Amino acid sequence: MATLTDVRPAGTKQLDGSTPRRRIVARPAAWLVWGAVIFFFVNLLGVIGSVIVSSFGQRWFDTWVPDGYTTKWYGQAWSEFALLQVITVTLEVSLLVVALSLVIGVPAAYVLARRSFPGKRIIYLVFLLPILMPPITYGIPLATVLYKFGLAGHLSGVVLANLVPSVPFVILTMTPFIEQIDPRIESAARMCGAGLRSVFLSVLAPLLLPGILASAILVLVRTVGMFELTFLTAGPDSQTLVVALYYSMSAAGIRAQQSVDAMAVIYTSMMLVLLVVALRYVNPTQLVARVKEEPQP
Amino acid sequence: MTSPPTAPPAGRPRSPRAHWQHRLAERGIDRQLWLLVPALLFVVLLFLYPFFYGLGLSFQPTKGGPFSDYARFFGDAYERDTIWITLRIALPAAVLNVVASVPIAYRMRGRFRGKRLITILLVVPITLGTVLTAQGLLNFLGPTGWFNRVLLALHLADEPVRLIHNYWGVFFSLIITGFPFAFLLVLSYLSGIDPTLERAAATLGAGWWQRFRTITLPLLMPGLATTFCLTFVLAFSVFPSAVLVGNPAGETRVISIAAYQAAYEQYDYPYASAIAVIMGVVELVIIALVLAARSRLYTGSTGGKG
Amino acid sequence: MTAPKPGFSQLRLEGVTRRFGSQNALSDLDLTIEAGEFIALLGPSGCGKSTALNCLAGLLPLTGGSIWQDERRIDVLPPERRGFGMVFQSYALFPHMSVRANVAFGLRMRRLPKQEIRRRTDEAIRLVRLEEHVDKLPGQLSGGQQQRVAIARAVVLEPSLVLMDEPLSNLDAKLRLEMRTEIRRLHQSLGLTTVYVTHDQEEALSLADRLVVLRAGAVQQIGSPQELHTRPANWHVADFMGYRNLWPMRVQAAQAGEITVEADGLRLVGDPVGQIAAGDQVVAAVRPEDVRVDDPHATTNTVPAEIEVVEYQGRELAAEARNDAGLRVHVRTDKRIAPGDRVTLSIDPRRLLVFPSDSVERPAAGLADAAEPGTLREPRLVP
Repeated sequence: MATLTDVRPAGTKQLDGSTPRRRIVARPAAWLVWGAVIFFFVNLLGVIGSVIVSSFGQRWFDTWVPDGYTTKWYGQAWSEFALLQVITVTLEVSLLVVALSLVIGVPAAYVLARRSFPGKRIIYLVFLLPILMPPITYGIPLATVLYKFGLAGHLSGVVLANLVPSVPFVILTMTPFIEQIDPRIESAARMCGAGLRSVFLSVLAPLLLPGILASAILVLVRTVGMFELTFLTAGPDSQTLVVALYYSMSAAGIRAQQSVDAMAVIYTSMMLVLLVVALRYVNPTQLVARVKEEPQP
Repeated sequence: MTSPPTAPPAGRPRSPRAHWQHRLAERGIDRQLWLLVPALLFVVLLFLYPFFYGLGLSFQPTKGGPFSDYARFFGDAYERDTIWITLRIALPAAVLNVVASVPIAYRMRGRFRGKRLITILLVVPITLGTVLTAQGLLNFLGPTGWFNRVLLALHLADEPVRLIHNYWGVFFSLIITGFPFAFLLVLSYLSGIDPTLERAAATLGAGWWQRFRTITLPLLMPGLATTFCLTFVLAFSVFPSAVLVGNPAGETRVISIAAYQAAYEQYDYPYASAIAVIMGVVELVIIALVLAARSRLYTGSTGGKG
Repeated sequence: MTAPKPGFSQLRLEGVTRRFGSQNALSDLDLTIEAGEFIALLGPSGCGKSTALNCLAGLLPLTGGSIWQDERRIDVLPPERRGFGMVFQSYALFPHMSVRANVAFGLRMRRLPKQEIRRRTDEAIRLVRLEEHVDKLPGQLSGGQQQRVAIARAVVLEPSLVLMDEPLSNLDAKLRLEMRTEIRRLHQSLGLTTVYVTHDQEEALSLADRLVVLRAGAVQQIGSPQELHTRPANWHVADFMGYRNLWPMRVQAAQAGEITVEADGLRLVGDPVGQIAAGDQVVAAVRPEDVRVDDPHATTNTVPAEIEVVEYQGRELAAEARNDAGLRVHVRTDKRIAPGDRVTLSIDPRRLLVFPSDSVERPAAGLADAAEPGTLREPRLVP
């Protein structure tokens, strides 16, 4: 990961720059804080590590590590859970959601960032709601409606359902990127004879490229990881990886635990690859949530 | 000031069209707003319409009067208790996540070697999501998992502690995914506070605790409130882990399980919609309370780049 | 570059109005611009001058009135179809394009042949003397160079009208003077019709053929630099044109062409502007450079005063004096004076302009009770 090697020597200096008094007082607190962080990471490592170790384990019962190691569970998981098809569906769904949410979200983000008009606050709030509500609460009525129109149960339903949180997410991510472009640059382009389309294509699009990339990758990560909405709208042949994983887990006992673990590792590595790609374009905090102060209610 | 000496050209009287354009321009409305239309259509068709459809459906139960599904929910202790079960899991988890984040983020807000690595590691559980976390917890916290083995080896426990298929399994899964989320948010709020403010306080004789108490914490409070809301939303909608690492028939039968069962096991969509509505209302009430408290705080500039 | 043929002979703004909600940013602007003219819109910030420019450019839709280019109504056209050029205060260069690409942008939008784009771009870049920077990005240029790119980008299209929105205010003092000359030179050599917005009266006076002074969205005066300099239409314009001394007074006697005003025992003779009768509340205005210090020939309008603050300003001193009644007088002089000096100030009656004071607003008292000097407040100052 190239991004990890970028070490700033200046950083260490700043740490030492604090006043001596503060260091003496804060020392026990610092130990406590670092202890908590390390404890958290050790457990996190255990959670992920036990899945990985188990997926390679020959047999693993009441011991620290498995008896022997094998990769056969991967082959088994691959064929048993039809993972090729599942991964294809996952990629199809994610890429469609990314493309559609950008097409819908970026122009809206532009207007919301640039203009003021009556009712803007309400519109903003409505766009924010899908992010503020638990997916289950709107997922169930949404799935009901999609089933009513025959859209759920296959790919289009999954894509439509996943758009609901993605479009607001694109809007929230893009808004600060748009706000930092001087509106007079657009005015200048128009004064040079560029119509609205040309302004978007030759001036705004190149300037917004980092923002568009960032929100695309964020939506991608979230869609691949989105469980609830996909779960509620997917049919047997439109399951994404995370939903297939859930089904195989809740049917535990039928399959070998290890092949479920193998599938979990496949899912994990897919997410990690995405994460590595994502972190080249966005910082970790952005990955979590694009927090912008909501208009005061 | 001076009226133009030239005679007004033909067609000078305002056409009604120009008049309308003027009226609209005054309110900031012009054709650029068309760019909003796709997003508005989307939000109306895929969010508002299903929402109101579900709301309407919840008042048309398969049997009984318009409110009978609500009455059924609140009348049945097994159903009604899902609210308390959900809150009993979600509120402590959200509070713990936010409260634990503050001192850690406060220590880590400066730049130091390895900070980016730590934040990247923290993103991992969030991106993996609750399903994978559940699978890992089953292995890790299970009776023969590494966690219990360590406890036994250190003689901290005499027999394996039961940590999965009950309240604690769900609680831990909420910590594993929720804490990094809360931490990264708090960290970004903290780095938005201008560090010179604390230095200014130090020159005025404030010790580190006083500086934190009187300068940083008040400026951070609105951010903490927002963080709490977002963390709470995550915890409140707990579903896969409640099924997988919890006890979905008993002490972790959260409200989303009730809604799911109504919709996909009993195929009673009106009842499922009623539960979804109740779920949304409960969540929004808590968020509204937090945001109302937040609106009484100072929420202006915090002097930083944030 | 050859002087472009102006696309029109006259541009008329008729009752141009722009409201934001209930606020009138610009009300009822009537202005006729002749081809080849250099017009400056002048006023303090928030006076509506930039609003007027944006309305003219088409970047801001009108909420009233109309704009005519000869017999063609243009206020309904989007900015890209008006064929005007514009230079922005922040330059607004496209940060991802080289200098050449910036200048060529408008020509490319018109889908001109490649060779012609190349030729005209080169010509415009030579005109602003940036030949050795053509391949740089705007971020690599200094402020003055960026502004020259912005000007080249605006004039390369040979627009029928060039709009300039405070183009010099982001530059430091020395560059500002250089660019001022450059803009004037460009205007003279290309004959471009120009509308120039500024809050700097000196800049406006030195550049423009005609000035439009705006205040609170309303036109105060339209006239040549000379007219505005010597004969402001009201005390607000006077305030803006550098009449730093604005004293609220009362008319004692009014004859044709001469008027006697009085406040707190101080009696001055001045030149009335507009209809003024005895007993009226008025504002007397005079520039600091028209107040003389210890002039042996002065007979009328003499004011004994004490120097309080002195600022060194090169060949001259700017000073603030106060008479016994507490009247503050701003003075510019080349005499050597120091704080505490007792001097006799004198004002040529023809240079003391007396304006009717609109009863609602008067300059904050330059005169106050001598007993309470602490309550003295300055008239609003020109920055």
